[in-house]
Amino acid sequence: MNEHEIFKKVAGVISPYVKNETVLDTMALDSKILEDLGVNSARLIDIVLAFEDVFNIEVDDEAADSIWTIGDAVKLIQSKV
Amino acid sequence: MENRVVITGLGVIAPNGHGPDEFARALQEAKSGIRFIQKLAEAKFGCQVAGVPQNVDELKGKYFCAGDLLAMNDSMIYAAIAGIDCWSDAGLATVSDQSDVDWDTGAIIGTGIGGMDTIGEKLIPKVDQGRVKRLGSTMVEQVMCSSVSAKLGGILGLGGQVTTNSSACTTGTEAIVNAFFHIQSGRAKRMLAGGSEGSSHYIWSGFDGMKVLNTKSNDIPEKASRPMSQSASGFVPGSGAGLLMLEDLESAKKRGARIYAEILGGHVNCGGHRGGGSMTAPNPQGVVRCIREAMYTAKIKSNEVDAINGHLTATFADPLEVKNWIRALEITPEQMPPINSTKSLIGHGLGAAGGMESVATVLQLYHGFVHGSANCEDLHPELEMINSSVVQQTRSFFGDIIMKSSFGFGDVNGCLIFKKWRK
Repeated sequence: MNEHEIFKKVAGVISPYVKNETVLDTMALDSKILEDLGVNSARLIDIVLAFEDVFNIEVDDEAADSIWTIGDAVKLIQSKV
Repeated sequence: MENRVVITGLGVIAPNGHGPDEFARALQEAKSGIRFIQKLAEAKFGCQVAGVPQNVDELKGKYFCAGDLLAMNDSMIYAAIAGIDCWSDAGLATVSDQSDVDWDTGAIIGTGIGGMDTIGEKLIPKVDQGRVKRLGSTMVEQVMCSSVSAKLGGILGLGGQVTTNSSACTTGTEAIVNAFFHIQSGRAKRMLAGGSEGSSHYIWSGFDGMKVLNTKSNDIPEKASRPMSQSASGFVPGSGAGLLMLEDLESAKKRGARIYAEILGGHVNCGGHRGGGSMTAPNPQGVVRCIREAMYTAKIKSNEVDAINGHLTATFADPLEVKNWIRALEITPEQMPPINSTKSLIGHGLGAAGGMESVATVLQLYHGFVHGSANCEDLHPELEMINSSVVQQTRSFFGDIIMKSSFGFGDVNGCLIFKKWRK
């Protein structure tokens, strides 16, 4: 799975949690999940669980804590698939 | 100085109607919202019928975004739909995430069982499998008892007290009584008040297990809820939400709000599990005292009571309830005011019952009718003495005052007194 394919799936997972819907179309690798997309910080846990399901991977707590941007998530997932 | 308390908005999502207009029509037509529930049959319930609000899957997409719905169970969805509707019905300004907090409005929204569907479907299976990590972030906000009020408080930006009460089947009525005193004493201008209960076999299972549900009418759902009838053999579980917007009269007048009715008074108490009372039965003295204390707070006498919307669930307790009314009002059976049971149409909404039935009571006052109490054509022999007072067919109503009661497990009682608003 290439970076673009992973990005698309990551964006799909995050979309329901995005409060600021105006940024949905401009989501990019450097988009900050909390600040730019307005995702409730508690929901990061659910997003990581969804990554595990969608990509069939396991993400430990330390790795999950390193995810701040969409690009962080894509890079982490790419290293595991 | 005590503030007068009026009702300026209604919100309801009931098994036989959504919104005050549809619900009022359903009551007038004595339309049943009781249906066969396949899940109850699969789970081998004795009672396989229930009252469940319809078209909720379609509705919820119109009210909430996908992110919100990931963390909302039935009782939260019902409370939020009824709350948003009630807010709008009260003529208050549309709110958004960016709106200011409304520091003058709070909410007391009760639930009897709460997020049992979430506990049964998601929490327990994962915990028992040792998969706690997979629970995610949304469990607590769905299973905490206050979820029904907390979510709505956030949606509407409420800044007054936002809380949830729970007193079994008295819950919704108790919420309204508490909100009434809240406004009467000047602690808030407006309070959303009522109850909400989800639609889940997990919520209803304990009642089926204790054999208090009707198991004899699974093939004729609309006939299954039979309060006051000789053939009553248990209640039919219901669900939904009913909320009132209670408002300080001065505030309502200042903003030119439509006034549905006034709340003159109310009371809640407990029979103390004495004198025949227990966790599952009422102490008659407690019931009588509750009704009388409600009249005392309302400053009315029993001959001013024009109708009663009873608790009347379709168990052995219906005749006892009527006897308690007669005793509390100090009247002869012939003097019994017209009495009906909304549960005959929507089932027993548990923590939502007092909320949905209070909405029904206010709509009857506002539109001038008392709805037919279904399925009591074979009146219970002990109720023959009030035969002419039992409202079997919907009829016009020109009275001013309707009393609404709820009685619940734990020997708890609640009573409200609504008065028609005349300009």
